[in-house]
Amino acid sequence: MKTKSRVQKTFIYALLIFFSLLFLAPLFWMVTTSLKSPEELYLFPPKWIPSSLHFENFKEAWISQPFTQFLTNSLTVTILATLGQIVSSSLVAYGFARFTFKGRDFLFMVLLATMMIPWEVTMIPLYMEFNFLGWINTLKPLIVPAWFGAPFYIFLMRQFIMGIPKELDEAAKIDGASSFQIFYKIYLPLMKPVLILVGVFSMLNCWNDYLGPLVFLNDQSKYTLTLGLAQFKGMFGVDMEGIMAITFLISIPPLILFFAAQRYIVEDVSKSGVKG
Amino acid sequence: MKLIPASSTPYVEINKKKKIKWDKVVPLLFISPWVIGFLAFTLGPLIYSLFISFYDWPVVGEATFIGLDNYKTMFMDDPLFWQSLWVTVKFAALFVPLNIIVALLLALLLNQNVKGHSFFRTFFYLPSVISGVALAMIWAWVFNGEYGILNYFLSLVDITGPNWLNETGWALVAMVIASLWGQGTMMLIFLAGLKSISSEIYEAASIDGASKLTQFFKITLPLLTPTILFNVINTIIAAFQQLTLALLLTGGGPLNSTYFYAMYVYENAFKYFKMGYSSANAWFMFLIVLGLTMLVFKSSSAWVYYEGEVKKVK
Repeated sequence: MKTKSRVQKTFIYALLIFFSLLFLAPLFWMVTTSLKSPEELYLFPPKWIPSSLHFENFKEAWISQPFTQFLTNSLTVTILATLGQIVSSSLVAYGFARFTFKGRDFLFMVLLATMMIPWEVTMIPLYMEFNFLGWINTLKPLIVPAWFGAPFYIFLMRQFIMGIPKELDEAAKIDGASSFQIFYKIYLPLMKPVLILVGVFSMLNCWNDYLGPLVFLNDQSKYTLTLGLAQFKGMFGVDMEGIMAITFLISIPPLILFFAAQRYIVEDVSKSGVKG
Repeated sequence: MKLIPASSTPYVEINKKKKIKWDKVVPLLFISPWVIGFLAFTLGPLIYSLFISFYDWPVVGEATFIGLDNYKTMFMDDPLFWQSLWVTVKFAALFVPLNIIVALLLALLLNQNVKGHSFFRTFFYLPSVISGVALAMIWAWVFNGEYGILNYFLSLVDITGPNWLNETGWALVAMVIASLWGQGTMMLIFLAGLKSISSEIYEAASIDGASKLTQFFKITLPLLTPTILFNVINTIIAAFQQLTLALLLTGGGPLNSTYFYAMYVYENAFKYFKMGYSSANAWFMFLIVLGLTMLVFKSSSAWVYYEGEVKKVK
């Protein structure tokens, strides 16, 4: 395994570099387009490096639509929904991991099974339900359900808790701590890695979500960034540098988040998937 | 949260009988958020959706019970239903194997213990982090028939690329390509699967004179089959829920050649406001997804090796 011939190694590197270029080219193309002048936009063969950098493209695109409002909406949803996910999913995960009660395994099976339900099936009734509650065209449909936990996050957290030695709570119980105190004082601090992981996943999900906002929001003042960008494309279809500028901007937070939390994601996406 | 006052009381002296009862309540309090959410946002809507599917249910006006008529219409006289189903099946037939091959190939390359593999891993995963909307915007530009970089690359090897998004034969292929760009999660899952195979097995095989290729087909692939199974199911389900790309990249066109099933369901509901009909469409899809998942699971015993079996051999 460890001794690889030079030819083999070169071959592997060549493939890795080839695929890297393939995967990075569209991203690079996005960045470089966003900085171009309109004249350099439509050239063939394309110009990879613009002859002058037009940073004003960003500002022009941003103020041409109420993107600041969209940003506020996106942030509101992302922060409040993620907070809810962490609080409720950790409580539920603890309940499933550390107690034995009648029907627990059945309920957990149901929880896992719900991950398979396509969103199209519940979309219409949910729309009606939120409409009945007067929540359509507010951010509530994107926030409130998160406060009831999500199966995948509960699953991740439960797996994590199961890996924590049980002796810890025995000792705490003898000291007279209640279940909630044990959860809050002992488990939550230990769960930091998985809380971060779920936090990152949830933030990415909320920030990137398009279908939720598309179905539940009508009024432009309530739009999130993804919805705003889609609308922008519809209105200014040929203003490629502007579209790419906004695309670039809304992709920055997910990219930063990914780099900050890379080790948690890479480690854990993996673990959860294989153990079936 | 309501849980705080409830669960912090056990200090108080209570008789044993009461305490046992309390012990039964505490776990339920912990899982109650999910139970309530499940009833309100999943099970309730699921049942209600089935109920609606037996009605002619316009947004404004009376709903009328029409029995199985929605389902009949769908099968008997709605060519768009068949078209969208066909598009989705074609997409899945192309995308599912390609996605697995690409993800597995990248995972294998990353697993070769070369320097800087974490950089390459990051590069391959980056596109999976950004939103589907951003992905659609970028690829709409990449696929541009006249000025896009894809056709530029093709022109370097003397191929005149098609007008990807505007030709019926190519638009769906374009969707497959754009979707392959976001394969990152699958690659990570494969990578973890590869890492979990102990190097002893390979060493033993090398000693027995097995070539790298034999090792791949006789050791790596069989041991990865549970992972592949997991990925096949996930990808099929995802294909039936593909909407963002369809809406933003092609809008279902040209000539409905990328009119995905999810788009059909979505438009019936929110463009034509046929809530009952759309619910019937959705339920039909739900049954297909269920059926496919069970089929893949059932057939799995024929081609999936679980670790337990391998240990017996060892």
